[in-house]
Amino acid sequence: MTAMDEARGKPVKAGYVRPLDFKHGRVDMTHGGGGRAMKQLIEQLFAAAFDNEWLAQGNDMARVRLPAGRVVMATDSHVITPLFFPGGDIGCLSVHGTVNDVAMAGAVPVYLAVSFILEEGFPLAALKRIVESMARAAREADVAIVTGDTKVVEQGKGDGVFITTTGVGVVDERIDIGGARARPGDAILLSGFVGDHGMTIMSTRESLAFGADLRSDTAALHGLVAAMLAPVREAMRADPSRGIHALRDPTRGGLATLLNEIAGQSGVGMLIEEGAIPVRPQVEAACEFLGLDPLYVANEGKLVAFVAPQDADTVLAAMRAHPLGRDAARIGTVTEDPHHFVQMTTRFGGRRVVDWLTGEQLPRIC
Amino acid sequence: MKYIDEFRDGAVARGIAAQIAREVRCDRRYHFMEFCGGHTHAISRYGVTDLLPPQVKMIHGPGCPVCVLPIGRVDLAIRLALEHRVTLATYGDCLRVPASDGLSLLKAKARGAKIAMVYSAGDALELARRQPGQQVVFFAIGFETTTPPTALVIRQAAAEGLANFSVVCNHVLTPSAITSILESPEVRQFGTVPLDGFIGPAHVSTVIGSAPYEHFAQEYAKPVVIAGFEPLDVMQAILMLVRQVNDGRAEVENEFTRAVTREGNLKAQALVGEVFELRRSFEWRGLGEVPYSALAIRAEYAALDAERKFALETRRVPDNKACECGAILRGVKQPRDCRIFGTVCTPENPVGSCMVSSEGACAAHYTYGRFREIAVQAA
Repeated sequence: MTAMDEARGKPVKAGYVRPLDFKHGRVDMTHGGGGRAMKQLIEQLFAAAFDNEWLAQGNDMARVRLPAGRVVMATDSHVITPLFFPGGDIGCLSVHGTVNDVAMAGAVPVYLAVSFILEEGFPLAALKRIVESMARAAREADVAIVTGDTKVVEQGKGDGVFITTTGVGVVDERIDIGGARARPGDAILLSGFVGDHGMTIMSTRESLAFGADLRSDTAALHGLVAAMLAPVREAMRADPSRGIHALRDPTRGGLATLLNEIAGQSGVGMLIEEGAIPVRPQVEAACEFLGLDPLYVANEGKLVAFVAPQDADTVLAAMRAHPLGRDAARIGTVTEDPHHFVQMTTRFGGRRVVDWLTGEQLPRIC
Repeated sequence: MKYIDEFRDGAVARGIAAQIAREVRCDRRYHFMEFCGGHTHAISRYGVTDLLPPQVKMIHGPGCPVCVLPIGRVDLAIRLALEHRVTLATYGDCLRVPASDGLSLLKAKARGAKIAMVYSAGDALELARRQPGQQVVFFAIGFETTTPPTALVIRQAAAEGLANFSVVCNHVLTPSAITSILESPEVRQFGTVPLDGFIGPAHVSTVIGSAPYEHFAQEYAKPVVIAGFEPLDVMQAILMLVRQVNDGRAEVENEFTRAVTREGNLKAQALVGEVFELRRSFEWRGLGEVPYSALAIRAEYAALDAERKFALETRRVPDNKACECGAILRGVKQPRDCRIFGTVCTPENPVGSCMVSSEGACAAHYTYGRFREIAVQAA
C-alpha cells in the first residue's frame, strides 16, 4: 500500500482547522475577514477567555437583564505604547478605564462590550496575554464581557492593538452624582498618590529608562466608590445636598485637568493645597528630572470626590478603610469664583493658578 | 525629595522674605531682572512674588531659548523636514513654536514631516545611527547649557564618519544678550526701564562660570547675583541684590556656589571652542540682530553643518505688529501691557514667542499668575 493509499484510507476530519499557534503565530488579514480564521480566533481566544453564557450563544449582540435603577453607559478607547508596562497592560487598562467611567456616576458596572482593532503581524502570543489580562480584570471587577468585535488593519496602519470598551452599569434612582454638582464649600478628596501611571509609561519608553521603582496604578474603582457611598447613601437619598456631589477619575491630563473640568462644569472655583497632594518621591523625582508637573500626569486608579462639608470626614474615613483609598487625602475646598479658576497654595507659601494643560505636556530644555 | 525639598522649604522662604522686608528702604524701589526662563518659571510656579515686599519688582528677561528663536529659523527647520524629507530631531519645547503660514513643527508633523522629539543631543545621534538610509538633522537650540552636548555629538559623528547626521546650530550666548539689554536706549539713555540688578543664570553659569558677568558689574555698574533655579535660591539672590543696592555696590556674587565656580567648566568650554565659532550677528526674537551673540559650526565640521549641507538660508520674518514680545523681553513692558495678551495670544494659540514656552514671561504669567488681575472671591 502506497503512502497515498494509506492517506486515502483515513477518515477526513469534517471542517478541520489547525489550532491557533499561540506560540509563534501572528495576526493576519484573514483573522478579520469574516471566514473560518476569524471564527477560530473568536472561539479559541475571546470566547474561551471571557467565557460567559452570552458569548457562548454566538450572536452579534447580547440580550441582557439589568438590575433596577438608572442605566449608566460609558465608552473608552485605549491606545498605549508600550502595550505591557509595570503594573498592567492594555488589556486590564481597557477594562479598568471603562469600569471607572461608569463607577464615577456612583453606579455598579455590570456588562462590557469590547472592540479590537488588530494590526496585521501582531504576535498571537501577545494578543493572548492581553485578552487573558482583560478576562482576569473583568472577573475581578465582576463584570461580564458580553459582546465584541474584531477588525484587522494592514501592517503599518495600527499600533499593534487598539481596544475600545463600552460599559453598562446601574445606579440607584435617587443617587445623583455628576460633574456639574460641585458646590462652594465642598471638600475635595483625592484617593491616593498621583502621577504613578503616567510616569511609569514615560519611564518605560525606550529612550527614558529611569529604572526607577514605578508601577502603574491601574485598578477598577467601583469597589472604592461603593465603600464611599455606603455610610452616606441613606442621607443622600433623603437629601440631595448631602454626601458625594461629584466623582471623577484623573486620567489623561491628570489632577489639574480634572479640577478645571469640574470647576467649569459646576461653575465654581477651587482652592487646593500643594502640600496635601500625595506624590511618591520617585514620581516627583522623575517629573523634576523631565521638567514635568505631577499634577498633569495621568492616573488610572485614582478618583477625586467633591463632598458636602458635613460628610467629608465620614467619606474620607471610608476611603482610607478601603485598600485603593489607603492614602486618601483632603486636598482642598470648592470656592465661589465666577472665573472658575483653580488656585493652589504652594508649599513655598505663594499662590498660583493651576491652569488647563496647553497642548501636550512636554519636557523643558533648561 | 532629598536635595530638592530643602530648596523649596516654605518656612525658610518666609524667613528670607521677612529679612528682605526688613532691609528694603521705604523711599526707593528695587527693579531686578531675572535673565533666565528657569527663574521666571520658578518665580511664577512657586508664587515667589507673593512673598516679596511691594518695593521689589521682578522683570522677566530674555533667557528662554524657545522665546528668542526667530520665526525664520523655525521656518528653516520646517522646510528641511517638509522639502528635504529629513528626520528633524529637536527638544520638546521647540515643537509648538509658531512659524510662518500658521505652521509649527508639530503641525508640519501632521502634514507628514518626520519630526522626532528627543531628550538629548545624544538621542538624535542615536536616531541617525539606527537608520543609516535616512538623513537626520538635529535642530539644536539653547544657551550655553545645551551647547556642550551639541558639540559632543558633532565631534562624535565626525569621528564615526556618520554621513546621515547633521546639525542646525541655533545656540546663543547669554552675555551678548545681557549687553544688548544694557545697551538698549530704554535702559542706557532714557532710563525708562529702571534696572537695579540681575539675577544671573544658574545652569548657564555652571558652564561659563561667573567671570563673564564681571564686565556688567564694572562697565554698567549693575550688581549680578548668580542663583540656582529653586525658589529659595531666587529669594536668597533677591536679598543679596537688595544688600548690594543698599550698600551702593555693583559686584558679581554667587549664590549658586553648589554648582558654579568663577571659571566654570573649562573642559566644556574647550569642547565648545573646538567645534563652534562666533557668528558675526544673529537674529533674536524680540531683540533683533545682536552682534556676536550666537555660534556657528566651524569649517572643519562643515559636513555636519545642516545649513551648509542643505544650502539653507534663513529668511527674516517680522513679528506680528501687535505683538509686544520685543519690549517684554527687554523689560520695557509687562505681559499685561500687551493688547493681545490673553485675548488673541494665549498658550493654546501663541502669537508671540513669550507665550510659547512655559518659561516665557507671558506664558508664565498667563498660566500661573493671571488671577492676580481679577479679584477672586473666596468661599
